[in-house]
Amino acid sequence: MSPTRRSRQVAIVLATALATALSACSSGGDGGTAPGGATGTQDAVDAALREGGEITYWSWTPSAKAQVEAFQQEFPNVKINYVNAGTGNDHYTKLQNAIKAGSGAPDVAQIEYQALPQFALTGSLVDLGQYGFNDFQDDYTPSTWNSVKVGGGLFGLPQDSGPMALFYNKELFDKHAIAVPKTWAEYVDAARKLHAADPTKYITADTGDAGFATSMIWQAGGKPFTTDGKSVKIDLQDEGAKKWTSTWDQLVEEKLVSTIPGWSDAWYKALADGTIATLALGAWTPGVLESSVKGGAGKWAVAPLPTYDGGTPVTAENGGGGQSVLKQSSKPALAAGFVRWLNNGNGIKPFLESGGFPATKADLDSAAFKDKASPYFGGQQINQVLTAAAGQVVPGWSYLPYQLYANSIFGDTVGKSYAAGTSLDPGLADWQKALVDYGNQQGFTVNG
Amino acid sequence: MSTVATRSPLKPRKSRLLTAVMAVYLLYTLVPLAWLLISATKTQQDLLSTSGMAFGGTFALFDNIAETFTHDDGIFLRWLGNTLLYVVVGAGGATILATAAGYGLAKYKFRGRRAVFAVLLGAIAIPGTALAVPTFLMFSNLGLTNTPWAIIIPSLVSPFGLYLVWTYATEAVPDELLEAARIDGAGEVRIFLTVTLRLLMPGVVTVALFAVVSTWNNYFLPLIMLSKPEWYPLTVGLNQWSAQASGVGAQPIYHLVITGSVITIVPLVIAFLLLQRFWQSGLTAGSVKQ
Amino acid sequence: MTSISAPVEAPPARPARTPRNVGRLRVDRKGWLFVGPFLAVFALVFLAPIVYAVWLSLFREQVFFGGTEFVGLDNYAAVLGDAKFWESFFRVLLFLVVQVPVMLGLALVAALAIDSARLHAAGFFRIVVFLPYAVPAVVAALMWGFIYGDTFGLAADLNELLGRKAVEPLSGDWILLSIGNIVTWEFVGYNMLILYSALKVIPNDLYEAAAIDGAGTFRTILSVKLPAIRGAVMIATIFSIIGSFQLFNEPNILRSLAPNAINTFYTPNMYAYNLSFGGQQYNYSATVAIVMGVITAIIAYVVQLRGSRKGA
Repeated sequence: MSPTRRSRQVAIVLATALATALSACSSGGDGGTAPGGATGTQDAVDAALREGGEITYWSWTPSAKAQVEAFQQEFPNVKINYVNAGTGNDHYTKLQNAIKAGSGAPDVAQIEYQALPQFALTGSLVDLGQYGFNDFQDDYTPSTWNSVKVGGGLFGLPQDSGPMALFYNKELFDKHAIAVPKTWAEYVDAARKLHAADPTKYITADTGDAGFATSMIWQAGGKPFTTDGKSVKIDLQDEGAKKWTSTWDQLVEEKLVSTIPGWSDAWYKALADGTIATLALGAWTPGVLESSVKGGAGKWAVAPLPTYDGGTPVTAENGGGGQSVLKQSSKPALAAGFVRWLNNGNGIKPFLESGGFPATKADLDSAAFKDKASPYFGGQQINQVLTAAAGQVVPGWSYLPYQLYANSIFGDTVGKSYAAGTSLDPGLADWQKALVDYGNQQGFTVNG
Repeated sequence: MSTVATRSPLKPRKSRLLTAVMAVYLLYTLVPLAWLLISATKTQQDLLSTSGMAFGGTFALFDNIAETFTHDDGIFLRWLGNTLLYVVVGAGGATILATAAGYGLAKYKFRGRRAVFAVLLGAIAIPGTALAVPTFLMFSNLGLTNTPWAIIIPSLVSPFGLYLVWTYATEAVPDELLEAARIDGAGEVRIFLTVTLRLLMPGVVTVALFAVVSTWNNYFLPLIMLSKPEWYPLTVGLNQWSAQASGVGAQPIYHLVITGSVITIVPLVIAFLLLQRFWQSGLTAGSVKQ
Repeated sequence: MTSISAPVEAPPARPARTPRNVGRLRVDRKGWLFVGPFLAVFALVFLAPIVYAVWLSLFREQVFFGGTEFVGLDNYAAVLGDAKFWESFFRVLLFLVVQVPVMLGLALVAALAIDSARLHAAGFFRIVVFLPYAVPAVVAALMWGFIYGDTFGLAADLNELLGRKAVEPLSGDWILLSIGNIVTWEFVGYNMLILYSALKVIPNDLYEAAAIDGAGTFRTILSVKLPAIRGAVMIATIFSIIGSFQLFNEPNILRSLAPNAINTFYTPNMYAYNLSFGGQQYNYSATVAIVMGVITAIIAYVVQLRGSRKGA
């Protein structure tokens, strides 16, 4: 398709927005003038909560229902219509449809960090800075706070976080006398050793998952996506990406990873019976294992994510998200009040009770949370490892402003390398090319 | 007018060979369903740890059924009710519209009749799933999304049903009969209701059968049109249950997906058996009639 | 009228039989009374979205920064030069050429067998063969997906039995076959019923004539049954062609189990869907849908034309 046509009007709007953002940024960070786009106080939110009303909330998190019930008990004059509109992509598709149609969107929606820029940049979300929520910055871990800030605006409050760790089947490791890997090189060795000792066992399963790949590049220090207004830069061949592929290629090429697709029934089976020995995933993984891989109880343990140099532990975020207020909402202040309660108020308690991994520093630092022994993990105090990881996330990462689309075509491009069992680099190059083309068609200037 | 036979007049001997060949095909048809039934008797744990065609350690069919109907505040029952609503109104309406239109096209030689056929064929050739966005946006502007109408209105059109009645009416309704009725002074609608419908019955039942099945199985349109689970039909609900096995906060409930699938199939099979008998007798009646 | 040909036949191919002496104009207008309600709903749910899609196909909207511009036929030119589109098109064409004959062949054999009066428990067979059609495509795809698993599914059991990786239904080499199997499993019964109901209404005198000629079972099938149900075979073929070109549910649901074997443009319909819902490229998606619809309509029309000419 032909190159983009720049509308003068758009440019003016953009320039204004940018100017606003810049002036807000330069105005310093104390009191009601925290850094960010819009600024304001929480008075409007408090008033809206007193006044009450009815709002709709879309989420698929396991804790959503309990949270809505608790909220309504605390605020009897507010009615929340809780809707589980689907999981992951189904949810976003419906959200996008409603936004496109101009009606039917909820007031509050759960949006994962990777999807947030897309909704924020299309002007679908309310900048919560206008309600003074920038004041909450210090309550959250830097990586999660950074994830809800897009172009200077605050487009949600973080609910959970997913600092990555290495979950491994300790029983299996012990049986084959394999040491827990501290570096990725050791991880590859462990993969070889395990598969040689028992050809039905694999170090992990990976058929190509965009969320995992981007997190791994993140941990390796890559910064493949940078966005500045309309200008986007994509570099999936940077040093970090190469670092990851040079390790992971060995596993893919030597067929040391299982090709059982993630989240399938077979995958759950394989986690229970030891076919898959490790998972490098976010800190929300224990909840999944405990509730859905009952057969693995007592076998699994947690270790810090391996690094490339074996030095200071570094990790990345994997998954996680927060709640945002939609522009379509007719009661944005009330909706913001609900979001504040969810992620900066009493809503955190039911979230933790359902096994969630928080984004708030106070909860991460609390002794009760940190020292809790997990029976599933054989009594290990897993949160010691996981909360430590929350502080070791490589700073400065950002997702593409069209990450959902990017993830959807990951299989078309990088997936080919996985299927063929060849180096992932050509696949990443294909992915990059497709993303550059798409971005240019959609009004960005992408120089990949 | 000649007699239309239900069976060839020759009464050949039953063939064991033919029966055996068909039995092989039957096996192909039934093995997956047997797998589904066996799996429905397993707990989530057994499902993930035992072989497909073997029963699990515990026979959990009734527990599974109970859990299917009580999971998430009994939303499954609501979905079942929705599906029934869509089938009764949607498939019922589709049958009525297709019958009237098919008859009209077969027996009235008005101008543009051929054009209707061309348009029908052209329209059904456009992939419905790809028209989902325009349809969604239109329905959204009309305020119909997230209401049962978004599912019912599109189900009212069955081009195949129309086609079936059209061809059926061409043969089964003699023009002479219509002429005789007209000479008796009967109006066109009265002729349709008193003379034609009876003759068309076998065709109508067949159309109804297909309309019921396609409405019951309708998946794509509800998926796009509805965001509130309270209006989901069974198919969309089941897929949502199946999809919740992935990602942060994953809650795999494969045993409920499988049991729910069985429950989704059973009413249709029963309806088919009942309709089948009706259809059968309708066909016989249609043939001895003239 | 002494003989009736196929009960199911394309209406445009039929000669008009209305006696000439009927007051045509009087009857004419009243036809709309019966056809009107159907056409009204049809216009709302089929024609209006198509018109809207054509409208959409003439524009290009950028998701970000909200610009929409009129691009004329640019989108059509782009689709015709889009390697992804053609890849998906030829994939469903291959699927069609292989799967449709297999499915219709099985359906025809089943229909003839059940109609032959030579089958024990014919009623039972008829119901069971039709049974899979009562299984929603979603359920069928989920079910076969479980079965296809070569780590834990029935495919794994089979491989274990044979002692080697004999079947890998979810691998790239097998997946089209696996999808074809699901579609065949689902729709043989449906097509069998169409053909069977056409067989049921073959007039007795045709059989009598055949019997007088001393025709055996196979002669009767060839010279009486098959010509008589030609129209039904044709309509089943047309609907199968359209169905193949619109292939969507099965590959879309299997995709989570075979993420690298099934890409986002595996079938034209999946391509159009993913353009819309993955990339929000509504205009381009509408163009893909229309191009595909036109191709499908042309092919269906040619098949129909050939079908009616052969019998004429």
